[in-house]
Amino acid sequence: MTAYWKANQRRLAPLLFLAPGMLMFAIYVIIPIAQSMWISFYDWDGLGERVWIGTANYVELADDDSFYTSLKNNVIWLALYLLAVPAGLLIAIFLNQNVRGIRLYKSLFFFPFVISQVVVGLMFAWFYAPNFGLFYKLTEILFGSGTAVLADERFVTYGIIVAGLWPQIAYVMILYLTGLNNVAPDQVEAARLDGAKGWRMLWYVILPQLRPATFIAVVVTVIGALRSFDLVSIMTSGGPYGTSRVLSYYMYEQALSEYGYRMGYGAAIAVVLFGIMMIFISGFIWKMWRDETER
Amino acid sequence: MVQFQRGALALLAGLLLTGSAMAQQRTLTYNADYDPIPLAAFEALIADFEAANPDIDVVLNNFDHEGYKTAIRNFLTTDAPDLANWYAGNRMAPFVNAGQFIDVSDVWEANGLSDSLASAKASMTIDGKQWGVPYTYYQWGIYFNRDAYKAAGVEEPKSWDEFVANCEKFQAAGIDCITTGSSALWPVAGIFDYLSLRTNGYEWHMDLTAGKVAWTDQKVKDVFAQFARIQPFITANHAAIDWQDAAALLVQGKAANYVMGNFAVGTFKEGGMTNDNLGFMVFPEITPGIPRAEEAPTDTIHIPAGAKNVEDAKKFLAFVADAEVQTKLNAALGQLPTNKNSTVPADDPFLSAGFETISTAYALAQFFDRDAPAEMAKAGMEGIQEFMVKPDRLDAILERLEKVRGQVYK
Repeated sequence: MTAYWKANQRRLAPLLFLAPGMLMFAIYVIIPIAQSMWISFYDWDGLGERVWIGTANYVELADDDSFYTSLKNNVIWLALYLLAVPAGLLIAIFLNQNVRGIRLYKSLFFFPFVISQVVVGLMFAWFYAPNFGLFYKLTEILFGSGTAVLADERFVTYGIIVAGLWPQIAYVMILYLTGLNNVAPDQVEAARLDGAKGWRMLWYVILPQLRPATFIAVVVTVIGALRSFDLVSIMTSGGPYGTSRVLSYYMYEQALSEYGYRMGYGAAIAVVLFGIMMIFISGFIWKMWRDETER
Repeated sequence: MVQFQRGALALLAGLLLTGSAMAQQRTLTYNADYDPIPLAAFEALIADFEAANPDIDVVLNNFDHEGYKTAIRNFLTTDAPDLANWYAGNRMAPFVNAGQFIDVSDVWEANGLSDSLASAKASMTIDGKQWGVPYTYYQWGIYFNRDAYKAAGVEEPKSWDEFVANCEKFQAAGIDCITTGSSALWPVAGIFDYLSLRTNGYEWHMDLTAGKVAWTDQKVKDVFAQFARIQPFITANHAAIDWQDAAALLVQGKAANYVMGNFAVGTFKEGGMTNDNLGFMVFPEITPGIPRAEEAPTDTIHIPAGAKNVEDAKKFLAFVADAEVQTKLNAALGQLPTNKNSTVPADDPFLSAGFETISTAYALAQFFDRDAPAEMAKAGMEGIQEFMVKPDRLDAILERLEKVRGQVYK
């Protein structure tokens, strides 16, 4: 035993150190993913007998208007959520200076990221609320009649995305602020001597050095947009009449909510969402792998 | 370790001593979803039950009302209590069909409940057996603000046409004729149910919720034609507010009528309304000669299949079904007892009116989301909400609902 250990110690030690993490990852991530895919081929109410129905759930999904509404909203979320990246960069650059009390300003800008998404959702729901909400009153003064954002199918998704952007911008800002700390001062100095300033300085000198921060910011924002659930649930529950649903909320609604007894159908939606996420995640992983092997 | 053992010994000795002293205490676990007022009422009921059965200890696990609706599926299959709250009608069908509730027809038989709970029996019956015991129900109807009626110079309507005509006067006075808050969807189903019951009658409405009638049927369109008459007078932006927010509009006199259940009376009164300016009326007749059916959602208690103490659980059900127990319980709840031998407090005009309304009704519907299966109910309520915002989309909505019907009822 000890002889074997001595001979193979170098080979075994990493595996042993990895084992707890890999075990957890398997139990809480890999196996549930496989189970969800398995369930998506069944008709199951979560209580009684499962009935194997093959790909029927997916066939139904392909002909489901609510699914396409959710998918469309997910795309809108994805596109608009990415605005958090330039907005966060802008605020980070603005705050990256040495004036009295800058720490206080920075923490004030960071504040929305600290409060829970549920609280953000509630605050914005009141902000938009008909009759007493600040935004409603504002539109009432400007246009004569108030607009209840969360009751109007044209605006509801955008209204929720704005609420989501508020903390997301703060998050991206922090990522960029730490990135800006690592910008090499000598390069900035040299660029300045060569006459670079303003936009050119930002584009050719600062941004290339911020690439790692940009990468992380894009990753967390894309993932954040795709798993947007809490704000939709808190602010509208997917309404009015399902127009603000996103895939993750639709999955919850079908499988687990008050009126949802369709585990198989919910699982099928989850698999589709997983597929979409995998496109982005594999893209990110491929990029990371390429960057590391190039060096 | 030594200390632990000593402690365990002491505990064991203590258990043995008490065990010999006061017979065996059996526990009865009960999962429920009470808001504060009903919780107090039920704690009183449990105290009475324990006084009557000193050998039984009822352990009440109270859940958040909304959270309970999803939690129940987990605890029924994993860690079942001896008793659980739920609702009558099609709402209990998934659990009954999955064998998660046990048949309690013997409790009904032994206590003569088929007679005393006759009005609720049909909604507790699936496959000819009873699957739980109802403890309360409440009437739905139109609650109205008398001050708003005065402000607009409008008389209480005696017919549906008068009601609709009044709406124009309310609009001229800047008052919403009908208010509702549909962010949680279900309040709109109350309006639809009544329009359906009054336009086409109880049997047809039950056929619709049971999936026997196509949503594209002309009679469905007749119901929505009546709906279209009041649609312009319903509070705008109802899709963004809760039913409590709409209740505030009624209290403030910004709205005149509210199709609601009697549980809302507490909210109206907390807002400052009194028996003098809060009125209740039965939803007016639409098609002449159709027998008057009412909505009376029934709340119930069931025994899960995984219950450990079924015998005492049945004892508890029999106790809850008792006429006097229901009288006391429902006086505290502010709702109506399901036992016909119970009485309601005479000084509460809304309960008296409700008791009168329900006991003279031709038939009782549970509510759209309890009569129709969950998936149909959800799609239906969304469709009704969409119609209330975009009435011109009716045909597209009905076609979508018809598609859902094809999938739900197989």
